[in-house]
Amino acid sequence: MNLPPFQTLLDLHGGAVHRFLVASVGAGEADDCFQEACISALRAYPGLENADNLRAWLLKIAQRKAIDAHRARARRPLPVAEPPERGAGGGSGPVESNGQPIWARVRELPEKQRMAVFLRSVADLSYADVARALDCSPDAARRNVHEGLKRLREEMAP
Amino acid sequence: MNGIDRELTEAVSGLTQGGPSAEVLRALNTRAAKEGLLDVAYAQVDSPLGPLTVVATERGLVRLAYPERPLDQVLTDIAEEISPRVLEAPERLDPIRRELDEYFEGRLRRFNEPVDWSLTRGFFRRVLEATARIAYGEVRTYGEVAASAGSPRAVRAAGNGLGSNPLPVVVPCHRVVRTGGGLGGYTGGIERKEFLLALERR
Repeated sequence: MNLPPFQTLLDLHGGAVHRFLVASVGAGEADDCFQEACISALRAYPGLENADNLRAWLLKIAQRKAIDAHRARARRPLPVAEPPERGAGGGSGPVESNGQPIWARVRELPEKQRMAVFLRSVADLSYADVARALDCSPDAARRNVHEGLKRLREEMAP
Repeated sequence: MNGIDRELTEAVSGLTQGGPSAEVLRALNTRAAKEGLLDVAYAQVDSPLGPLTVVATERGLVRLAYPERPLDQVLTDIAEEISPRVLEAPERLDPIRRELDEYFEGRLRRFNEPVDWSLTRGFFRRVLEATARIAYGEVRTYGEVAASAGSPRAVRAAGNGLGSNPLPVVVPCHRVVRTGGGLGGYTGGIERKEFLLALERR
């Protein structure tokens, strides 16, 4: 397997990974998550069998770290019920919104929708790559993005 | 455009400048090194011969490349031959950078940083090891180096071995010249060989 130097991955995709984390876990935790994601990636890298889509691979690792961080934070207040029945304004702990209230609202979405929306909009992945990062089918990736956005629209409606 | 889409687009464009800070990347290098995950560190180092690419493993200096060799190519080769865990980590190369500075100022006559010979093998490695023993300011002929590598008649092969030197300057292949006083060749260009020999004659 001919893998490019890891620095090349960082140069090409580090920015997208970091932005994804700033949006999904907040600027305060993004740096730590970024380091965790890169360390995990470095550990796994030499054994990687498929180097076709390293951007999606890195973001897959990053989104796991984002989920860990989100869950750790959610453990602080009462556990939040699984999302479908949750309405607008449900809380999952204090998250500093980095000057962009929209991220705070996306963070309130159910996990799959949340990650799908962030990967699609912030990391700018194709639906096929969102699917790779989330280990689901491209259809499910598309559905999660659309349902997430639909919910955000509904919550915004006056 | 729907409100939410517009808000998302605007928020995303607000992020596009962002990326990990230099501090975050430095902390990553430190942690990677501590956990044994920084197999290969590299940096670009200024020198009178142009910016040099300097590459080290945990064992020592493994590659030094002149600017004509594209960085991508140097790193891709190393990723393949040594490990793909390659990171730009200038702070890890500070000791060799200091030695190179002193050498080019004429203040250092012998490099002390350890060398990792991983990129060399067989007879070529013996030729380069023999070359590493030539003292500052001295020269040897290709024949002498071949002999000192154990094969007095393999003069041409010795020349090829020197041409493949992954560590020019530090492994001083510029100190090997033709019998009769000709300079012979040099991977980095004959002007550089002249420059280095003149530097060492000062």
